[in-house]
Amino acid sequence: MKYENQILFLDGKLTKFTVPDLLHELLQYKGKKINTIDLSGVSSIDSAGTAFLDELVLNLQDFKPQLVNMSKIVESAVSTFSSLSIKKPVSGRKENFFISIGEGLLRWRDSVREAIYMVADIFYWSFVGLFNRKNQRKGSIIQQSLIIGVDAGGIIALLSFILGLILALQSAAQLRQFGANIFVADLIAISMVTEMGPILTAIILAGRSGSSIASEIATMKVTEEIDALRMMAINPIRYVVVPKFLAITICIPLLVTLSTLVGIFGGLLIAITYLDLSAVVFFDRVFEVLTTKDVLVGLGKSFFFAWAIVIIGSYYGFKVKGGAEGVGKVTTQSVVASIFWVIILDAISSLIFYFKV
Amino acid sequence: MKEPIISVRDLVSKFGEQTILHDVSLDIYPREITVILGRSGCGKTTLVKNILQLFQPNSGSVKIFNKEVTTMDELEFNSMLSKIGMLFQNGALLNSLTIFDNVSIPLEQHTELSVDIIARMIRVKLKLVDLTQAENMLPAELSGGMKKRAALARAIALDPVILICDEPSAGLDPLTSASLDELILKLKNLLKMTIVIVTHELASIHRIADRIIFLDEGRVLFSGTLQEAKKTSIPEVETFFRVGKFG
Repeated sequence: MKYENQILFLDGKLTKFTVPDLLHELLQYKGKKINTIDLSGVSSIDSAGTAFLDELVLNLQDFKPQLVNMSKIVESAVSTFSSLSIKKPVSGRKENFFISIGEGLLRWRDSVREAIYMVADIFYWSFVGLFNRKNQRKGSIIQQSLIIGVDAGGIIALLSFILGLILALQSAAQLRQFGANIFVADLIAISMVTEMGPILTAIILAGRSGSSIASEIATMKVTEEIDALRMMAINPIRYVVVPKFLAITICIPLLVTLSTLVGIFGGLLIAITYLDLSAVVFFDRVFEVLTTKDVLVGLGKSFFFAWAIVIIGSYYGFKVKGGAEGVGKVTTQSVVASIFWVIILDAISSLIFYFKV
Repeated sequence: MKEPIISVRDLVSKFGEQTILHDVSLDIYPREITVILGRSGCGKTTLVKNILQLFQPNSGSVKIFNKEVTTMDELEFNSMLSKIGMLFQNGALLNSLTIFDNVSIPLEQHTELSVDIIARMIRVKLKLVDLTQAENMLPAELSGGMKKRAALARAIALDPVILICDEPSAGLDPLTSASLDELILKLKNLLKMTIVIVTHELASIHRIADRIIFLDEGRVLFSGTLQEAKKTSIPEVETFFRVGKFG
């Protein structure tokens, strides 16, 4: 590259490999008047080279530079690859603050409406599915029960045992000071049956099964499998969601019972080894403090947790947009929303059954 | 005689027990459009993927730019890939990125060009494939033909020396298909590209092919120029060029 009498002479190759260096070299002629760019020395040029010439012409537009002495091949490349005539597409209109809020509210209203329709659909088809098994895959409820229930049993049992152990250990340290060792049984029994068992099970299911439901349905949607089901006159809710819904309804009381029992055994271990209580005394106390209401409330609310997990997972799965990234996004959203609603439902049930004025 | 830019010798490729390619040998010459033909399942896509090392062949040699690629280390092969563009059968665009961002990927990864220059190059490539107004759209918002054109824009983003297209015309209407052929011819003439195309479209073959490679059940049945292919007495090839169908 050289500069003489307001003419910039370019030579050699103008390609993606040489353009970065040429841009650096060009800095030395910054501010100089250039009204002609001589390309007689250019031996080859590609689209990067042409983009470089476009940028150069644009930056020197005050001097209206002319490209001269182009060989046939350079001229042909410039005419094909020049981007000067391409107009940048206009991006969408800018919305003002109030329009954004209004549109957000309308979107929220549509989402709520869609969710209500879906919940109604799921309950309707689940109820119908109990009596009419036509149009359902054979063995799908058993298969889903194995995936949602049996496969989750191990991790739920392990975490419940550890939780029971921790609860007992931390409360034992305080209770020992007052000689109230025996009350550790009360604490473990009531907390595991009414609170920890159902909520721990629900949170594990939200992370495990909720995410799997959302990602499965979302993947089916982006790969047009849901459309294919519709085209075969198969209701996707009935075919895909209902088996999961029925399976989780069957599994949740069993998993909560497992979690509660194993959690109590975790507490028993501490009671025996740390508080010198016997198993007979511990269980006597457990059966004494627990009421039927506690057991029914613990099991009853777990059904609502389970249904919320399936409904939220399915809702986000069907809501997916885009491809792989969209699937990841709705999966995360479904887990967060499931855990949020499990805790809200738990708070509502506590208010209903235990709040006394 | 020209030196081949891609040279395949005794290539054998298997899926489990099934042999897809039997001792395939062929040459692709620079600045030519070579069309690979053959009925569905004859191993065309496997051959292309073996050449590009997307599937490792079981045995045989593949030379690109006179370098053996089956034994090449990853770093060297990756640098070679910046000279090769591939248009996949289904486009293979990244669905989470806009068309503009999809085309920018190879430019950002393989060059040190400034953002302004890259933006210009992307817009030129999008203009070439007539997708200027779609740059902010996501692939999911495009039709099948538009996706394929966007994928072609990405394949030619780096002005590759070799462009490989797996069934570029599949799913396109005849007019779009013809304009794509014109574009491919333009790329060949202007950028002196070597182009390998897997296609069944007879009209397209007549328009663009310099050389034909006819595969049948994993073997090369015919290899020669378009004129030679039209005159050959090999029944399968002769039937295809006479009636536009595989015999």
